[in-house]
Amino acid sequence: MIAIVDTGGANLTSVVNALGRLGVAGSIDELLTSDPLKIKSASHVFLPGVGAAGDAMARLEKSKLGDCLRGLKQPVLGICLGMQILFDRSDEGAVDCLKIMPGRVSRIQAVPGLSVPHMGWNRIRIEKQAKCPLLEGIPDESFFYFIHSFVAPPGKHVVATSRHGGRFPAVVQKDNVFGVQFHPERSSEAGAALLRNFLEL
Amino acid sequence: MVSRRIIPCLDVRDGKVVKGVKFRDHRILGDILEFARRYRDQGADELVFYDIAASAEGRVVSRDWVGDTARLLDIPFCVAGGIRSVDDAREVLHAGADKISINSPALENPRLITDLATAFGSQCVVVGIDSLAEDGDYWVYQYTGSEVKVRSTRRRTLDWIKDVQKFGAGEIVLNCMSNDGVGQGYDLAQLKAARALSHVPLIASGGAGKPEHFEQVFRETGVEGALAAGVFHRGEIMIADLKKRLAESGIEVRQ
Repeated sequence: MIAIVDTGGANLTSVVNALGRLGVAGSIDELLTSDPLKIKSASHVFLPGVGAAGDAMARLEKSKLGDCLRGLKQPVLGICLGMQILFDRSDEGAVDCLKIMPGRVSRIQAVPGLSVPHMGWNRIRIEKQAKCPLLEGIPDESFFYFIHSFVAPPGKHVVATSRHGGRFPAVVQKDNVFGVQFHPERSSEAGAALLRNFLEL
Repeated sequence: MVSRRIIPCLDVRDGKVVKGVKFRDHRILGDILEFARRYRDQGADELVFYDIAASAEGRVVSRDWVGDTARLLDIPFCVAGGIRSVDDAREVLHAGADKISINSPALENPRLITDLATAFGSQCVVVGIDSLAEDGDYWVYQYTGSEVKVRSTRRRTLDWIKDVQKFGAGEIVLNCMSNDGVGQGYDLAQLKAARALSHVPLIASGGAGKPEHFEQVFRETGVEGALAAGVFHRGEIMIADLKKRLAESGIEVRQ
């Protein structure tokens, strides 16, 4: 059984739909949870998130999930905001986050000619050294769908980057914990391949 | 660099995909899911699903269609039509939409944009603007889904574009009504003026008739995406062919 951690946000259905297309049974009501026991016993844990870091962290704290998430040993995948809250801190609402990876999430600098949010399909560049199982079989420069205004910090956990203005982390990994800034559930075949890789871990 | 998006729009009325000319005289074209599947397979970057009569008829877009379409699609999916509260929006998002687009209700109550952005994040909130070139300026129209209720708001389009961004819109779709359904090309002058005022993504709508119109609008106005309906629905332009052509001319698109 997989678990989707309830980080708030209304549109977690597209994650459930994408998993459904890959053969994962279960409705949103069955998969979405804030129960630490359910999360701990899941085979794979999704940390999705749409909305603001402050709200998502407040919700996780209210359910006392911080320690639970930090202690997980099974594969964990943070998506979009769910990736950002893996880090120490976010400028979005100036909140402390899960501190699984170091550094601070910051706003994309708006400059003339650069639209924020970064919204649309963009290529990822896979770091040469990276051998991330999530990207197995996914060609370098593949397109994924992004929609975000904040970016994770650079650092040794970065597996792939993308560019909007400057380069920013698109995929991160620390041991069993993965994060993707884009939305694999809405990234066509490349996204499905990534989710399939994750589910096979 | 983020690629330019090609976005087919399904105008829906009474459960069927329809197409009108200049927002009027709607003709039934076919089944929603059939169209959604076709565009997904052709390489569309996003799908907009627009219940054209919902606002004018004072109701929310049908959730069943939203759910069925969302299950089918592995690309982003934006839903528009009669969303006039945070609760309406939550239901549509919960049914599987990724973004919600509001138009007439935002004109009735601009605070709605802020409320939606606070509840779901700006990236979820698209503001659609129906704009008509008249008397040497651009003007916002309301209730364009109804031949009876359609009216000018006497609000300047360029002012409204600035306002909606202040209120928290994460994307703007500018429907240039004078060009809509005519197939003579996008309103480049208006889109250029709008682009200059937008720090959020701007999507062009209204007027696509030939592949070169897409090339023009990306090259000359800098919009992030181009939305079209009729040329795709009638099969006059295949999205895969269009993207190949755009890529060959040096415009970054996902293929």
